[in-house]
Amino acid sequence: MSALILSRLQFGFTMGYHILWPAFTIGLAWFIVFLGVAWLRTGDPAYRQLQRFWIRIFSLAFGMGVVTGVVISYQLGLNWSNYARMTADVIGPLFVLEVLTAFFLEAGFVGVMLFGQGRVGDKFHLAACAIVATGTVISAFWIISANSWMQTPTAFTIAPDGRFVATSFWGVVFNPSMPFRLAHMLTASFVTGSFVVAGVSAFWLWRGREEEQNAARACFSLALWLAVVLVPLQMVLGDQQGLNTRQYQPMKLAAIEGRWETMSRAPINLIAWPDQKAQKNDFALEVPLLGSIILTHSLDGTIKGLKEVPPGEQPPVLPVFFAFRVMVGCGMAMLAIAVTGLVLRLRRRLFASRRFLLICMAGVPLGFIATIAGWMVTEIGRQPYVVYGFLRTSDAVSPVAGGAVASSLGIALLLYNLLLLGFFFYAGRMVFKGPASPGPVALVGRKAGAIGLISPRKDAHP
Amino acid sequence: MSWIDFPTFFACAAGVVIALYVTLDGFDLGVGILFPFAPRTSDRDVMMRSLAPMWDGNETWLVLGGMVLLAGFPVAFSILLPAFYVPLALMLLGLVLRGVAFEFRAQEGFLEVVWSIAFTAGSVLAAFCQGAVLGAFIGGDIRVTDAHFSGGPFDWLGLFSCLTGLGVVAGYALLGAGWLIWRTEGNTQIFAREIARPALLATGAAIALVSIWTPIMFPDVAARWFAWPSALLLAPLPIAAVLAWLAVWRGLWGQRQWLPFAASIVMFVVSLAGIGASIWPDAIPGVMTIRQGVSAPRTQAIVAGAVVVIVPVILAYVSYSYWVFRGKIGPRETL
Ligand code: HDD
Ligand code: HEM
Ligand code: HEM
Repeated sequence: MSALILSRLQFGFTMGYHILWPAFTIGLAWFIVFLGVAWLRTGDPAYRQLQRFWIRIFSLAFGMGVVTGVVISYQLGLNWSNYARMTADVIGPLFVLEVLTAFFLEAGFVGVMLFGQGRVGDKFHLAACAIVATGTVISAFWIISANSWMQTPTAFTIAPDGRFVATSFWGVVFNPSMPFRLAHMLTASFVTGSFVVAGVSAFWLWRGREEEQNAARACFSLALWLAVVLVPLQMVLGDQQGLNTRQYQPMKLAAIEGRWETMSRAPINLIAWPDQKAQKNDFALEVPLLGSIILTHSLDGTIKGLKEVPPGEQPPVLPVFFAFRVMVGCGMAMLAIAVTGLVLRLRRRLFASRRFLLICMAGVPLGFIATIAGWMVTEIGRQPYVVYGFLRTSDAVSPVAGGAVASSLGIALLLYNLLLLGFFFYAGRMVFKGPASPGPVALVGRKAGAIGLISPRKDAHP
Repeated sequence: MSWIDFPTFFACAAGVVIALYVTLDGFDLGVGILFPFAPRTSDRDVMMRSLAPMWDGNETWLVLGGMVLLAGFPVAFSILLPAFYVPLALMLLGLVLRGVAFEFRAQEGFLEVVWSIAFTAGSVLAAFCQGAVLGAFIGGDIRVTDAHFSGGPFDWLGLFSCLTGLGVVAGYALLGAGWLIWRTEGNTQIFAREIARPALLATGAAIALVSIWTPIMFPDVAARWFAWPSALLLAPLPIAAVLAWLAVWRGLWGQRQWLPFAASIVMFVVSLAGIGASIWPDAIPGVMTIRQGVSAPRTQAIVAGAVVVIVPVILAYVSYSYWVFRGKIGPRETL
């Protein structure tokens, strides 16, 4: 395989692993802030218990986010050095600003957030949590801005040597798809976070330990309120995003829809098997007119088909088509859960239906799956370009040997999967222990003399 | 803002960021390097706890360094990263390993040994690769055609880069020991004082070797250091390094517990300044100067402005968070 294919695999894989953590920590950070406020206002110890518990989970996920993030920040130069050189003038400042305004903010206060509870006052601790949470949003702001510029490039000229040069800083930052993408991504994080919280507290309710029922109820109810507001909002935002995509990246939209011919009064393909070689769909199940209604909000709007461009210019249809359906499918499933929750709540049976608790536990991965699928739509749908319409992916890759990329990809595959297992193991253990007795505070106050690397030297330095 | 010479500004900014990174993450990685030598598990717990609130922030300087290089010197960036693909990828691997080891080891349990090993292995790997990259960078020999890297994946590997790699491992271990002398007490501190001595000897040897090797290998470096009047200007650097070395040596068992740490930092910063003086004004020695392949003036102005305004704020709150966690790390500290 060529360095190009390997680099794409590697980048997609490491990005996919990275986004798992932000997708969760952005939402969770705000949830922790909320719990802190609730504790300060009500003095109900359940909130304090919960806050401590979720801070501990946050600490694990945040650490994973940091290490995987450091990797990709260098990968941009390692695997995509030509891309870095060509676009440095446009997106370089965004990355620098992200580090300066977000990463340092998060890193500077996360210590206080995780370990400071005994050392600073409650108010200051809450402020530290709020600062970290703000940092995650600022970080999303800059990075989504950079990514959106690659999707819908604006406010630049091309220098004689081929490099992109920005003509307006804010024009780059607020490029046409950025507001939609940011809103959709942030909401995705909140949705993902709330389904994790709902699933975990459903587990506590389900096993019914007396001492954790109060905390579990508070958490569960809150998470489902959030879900019932945010999931429909996410669908509206996704719809807006789709309109934006139709305008700026019509071929991506055609791939999402599996639409080969340009047509008005277009049907929608619920499901099909797109065959890129033959440039047609097999086994298509269509609903007439619905395509135009959803995508143009009118009966006879026109939707461009993939055949408008030669096959070499088309994105890979199959993965985009299915990734989109996975995302929307997850969204529907989440909507169903959220609405069921609302109905049960109105009937005052929210905590009583054991079947619903099980469903909520099963719903934990939905947000993550939808987020990854959404990014696959976004990123694969942009192919064969990195900077849509201007810089081809094949021109962006580094002049490095395929072997080096292959080995680093292999190591990353192995290591990241092990880390994920480690995370499941430790986070799962915390969840099992529950909010009332969540085990050791990370690194603070542990038993001395547990298992170590070298057995204790008893006579050492009396 | 034409009165600012941006290439010089970015070169200095990169220097400052690298110096901050090397001292901050240096002691951090150094503690990891010393980890397996600690006599008892409780010492290791103290060592890790002394870093827990700040390791993330320390590593962020590395990210900033990369991004400032990208924004200021895109061409140099796009040559250097592929050229050092293998050591940088290994460094990242090391940083991932030690980063998760922080999180996972704190959870206790039967895998604790695994994470202790990962913590040390990651720290050593990252430190060695950073040193090797530094050596290969000074050593030149980066093959470039048409402003693109055109060499092979193992061009960086050589006797000199291995030497600098080991030197950085020793130096970080010294910083780590200094940090522990300052921040811990009792047995952990005694351990740190003991281990600091071999680390100091090794660091001194490495600095001396590099200082002898480079002028012999590179005549223009020799010309700069031994010719009048630049020799006079540069003379304070080696003098300061020697004085700092002696200060650490004398301070190892002394009452001023901050001294070994402070003096090792001086030694590190002075060595970096010496390297900077040897290659100035090259962005990549022998390939291009800091005036070639720079980004557009607009970009430079935006990034420079952001750095000048925001970095002091960052330094302020980072210092504050160090202050929150001031004092000796006790063997047991509960919420
Ligand atoms: C929408 C959100 C989002 C997206 C698309 C990305 N990140 Fe990220 N990143 C975050 C949201 C985030 C975060 C929420 O701010 C993290 C996750 C957990 C954390 O520690 O901060 C983070 C951490 C994080 C870190 C560690 C920060 C530190 O040292 O504290 C780095 C270096 C990056 N990211 C770099 C990147 C790069 C180069 C990306 C794309 C090419 C990227 N991230 C995509
Ligand atoms: C965090 C969510 C993201 C995910 C899950 C993600 C996923 C992917 C995937 C799957 C690919 C491979 C596409 C292919 O080659 O077929 C890819 C490519 C790429 N992405 Fe992303 N991406 C994300 C965010 C970003 C951001 C924020 C940037 C930069 C600002 C970015 C820059 C790139 C680049 C440079 C490539 C390589 C060229 C290419 O294959 O298009 N991505 N990404
Ligand atoms: C059910 C209704 C939904 C619709 C109509 C929808 C629509 C879209 C569209 C059109 C895109 C592609 C944007 C582009 O052109 O690049 C997208 C991307 C994305 N979607 Fe959705 N989406 C929905 C639900 C969800 C849900 C429930 C989640 C996660 C919880 C989610 C997460 C994402 C993410 C992370 C991306 C990539 C980032 C971005 O481009 O903003 N989506 N969505």
